[in-house]
Amino acid sequence: MSRRFTPKVVTANRLREGDVVYLKADDTWSPFHHEAELIEDEAHAQMRLLHAAAQKLTIVGAYLADAKPGPNGPEPTHFREEFRTRGPSNYNHGKQADLAN
Amino acid sequence: MYSYSDFDEAFVRSRVAQFTHQVERRLDGSLTEDEFRPLRLMNGLYLQLHAYMLRVAIPYGTLSPRQMRQLAYIADTWDKGYGHFTTRQNIQFNWPKLPDVPAILSALADVEMHAIQTSGNCVRNVTADHFAGAAADEIADPRPYAELLRQWSTDHPEFQFLPRKFKIAITGAQNDRAVTKAHDIGLRMVRNARGEPGFEVIVGGGLGRTPMIGVTVREFLPEADLLPYVEAVLSVYNTLGRRDNKYKARIKITVHETGAEEITRMIEARFAELRPLFGGNDQKLLAEIREAFAPAAFRNAPTDAFDAFYQADPTFRSWADTNLTRHRNDQYAIVTISLKAHGQTPGDATSDQMRLIADLAEKYGHSDLRISHEQNVILPHVHKSDLPVLHAQLVKAGLGTANVGLLSDIIACPGMDYCALATARSIPVAQELATHFEALKLEHEIGPLKIKISGCINACGHHHVGHIGILGLDRAGVENYQITLGGDGTEDAVIGEKTGPGFAYTEIVPAIERILRAYLELRTEPSETFLQAFKRVGMEPFKAALYDTEDAQDAA
Repeated sequence: MSRRFTPKVVTANRLREGDVVYLKADDTWSPFHHEAELIEDEAHAQMRLLHAAAQKLTIVGAYLADAKPGPNGPEPTHFREEFRTRGPSNYNHGKQADLAN
Repeated sequence: MYSYSDFDEAFVRSRVAQFTHQVERRLDGSLTEDEFRPLRLMNGLYLQLHAYMLRVAIPYGTLSPRQMRQLAYIADTWDKGYGHFTTRQNIQFNWPKLPDVPAILSALADVEMHAIQTSGNCVRNVTADHFAGAAADEIADPRPYAELLRQWSTDHPEFQFLPRKFKIAITGAQNDRAVTKAHDIGLRMVRNARGEPGFEVIVGGGLGRTPMIGVTVREFLPEADLLPYVEAVLSVYNTLGRRDNKYKARIKITVHETGAEEITRMIEARFAELRPLFGGNDQKLLAEIREAFAPAAFRNAPTDAFDAFYQADPTFRSWADTNLTRHRNDQYAIVTISLKAHGQTPGDATSDQMRLIADLAEKYGHSDLRISHEQNVILPHVHKSDLPVLHAQLVKAGLGTANVGLLSDIIACPGMDYCALATARSIPVAQELATHFEALKLEHEIGPLKIKISGCINACGHHHVGHIGILGLDRAGVENYQITLGGDGTEDAVIGEKTGPGFAYTEIVPAIERILRAYLELRTEPSETFLQAFKRVGMEPFKAALYDTEDAQDAA
């Protein structure tokens, strides 16, 4: 019996700004984790990662991150990914400031 | 201080031009990320968790006021108005955008600074005692040697692709403030039987996942042999060092696997080959460099104002007791400006603070500034009569914290608030420790204490050599903090011992409090420091305080 696949999102950083972004189902990139496409199938996850990695003028360092479904869309499961959704804890910088509205 | 020669200037400018083109080619798609990554790393540009990060070298920790102002300008123009000073005497900007980096590098070149060799498997920024040229316990100012090493190692064709990064630290003093025993090469100035100055050469120290104290491969190296000998060490390492396993690639592993005796023999053999090739130009260059580090023209003036103020003002007295160090000129003091205000991020300075520090250095400090590996700023030469007014201005800018060498003078790496390699956060742990003990008013009672925090096993926060070391790990998807005790980064360097199981994020500050309350109970007298007490009683009483709590008993 193979291990059950943990749902994933594709995430990366924007090439120019370095901002954290997530791949949406419509192939665009969003700064919001909850707008990401939640991928439940392993083969599809690999296809989406390849698709992301090919966009070398938009993003850098694409990878699959564990996620889970939530009321407003996918949520991170690991604290590292949670930090990436908002920014550092010592200053109000990054997403928590830029996307506050 | 040293000023760039035409050669230095041309070299740095050409590297800026080269990297400018590389960025253009990355942005237009001519270079892939795989092709670009090694090029950006060679210029100090990392991609972190939330943004890019640019690491700028501050050679041997020395800055001029003009350079400090330019760092402030860069922070305001292309970043978020602050910079982070690191344990490697670098400054890191946490929010640059890729298209702006060429302009930043150009602005750095305007003040003889750069980000070259602040990353990659090459010789990194050479660090030095931050009290160099001012300390009372010094044989000689180590910075001319550090500058010689900087020039020699910059773009050295043989050493651009070493098995792993390579860090050199140098001190000219008896008391080791540069952690030389935890560097790939540590150089300590000593005198031989004839009274001539030279170096004890220590090789193979390092922290990280395999912490090791370096071994002395040469008790006394004559000054004139410095470059050929260091080159011999690098040459042996470049040949022997492992490239098959990143975790076994540092010279400490090479020394360990080869054996101290055998590697010493190999270094000496290589040195014998290299020494005759150095025809004396290095010594001519050293003599020129040394002129650039001539001592300041110290003032001769009464210091009564200092004495009177010290007696009259308890706030000033408290600051003077912790933040001043003896200068070799009795009328002067070395001032450490704490970048550790309680609750602030260790090592961070705002652009306004940088500009004020630059002004103060010009007005009261012979235009000399240092960055310490402990993430503070130093004014190495301040006449004692100027200290009261200097202190007043520091206080106004939030820079007057009287805590150097105390609990809240914490080294903390950026941790998972910024770093892509981190396994847990370090900054908020440092902030909470500082504010918690400030609220308890225990800091001064506890006395001298070095707490050092790393957010991963790579140990940028030097936790192994903290009297109390804290290492943040990811244990099954939760932040967990391991404690080590008894570490020491001085000339008596020791790697700290693990206490046992780690503590959750919400438990780490109470755990440190239990250790320190145990210390206050068991010390023989207030003058027995935490480290001395630990050496006397060992681990057991602290383990008991940490783990034999009511909670643990309830669970049993």
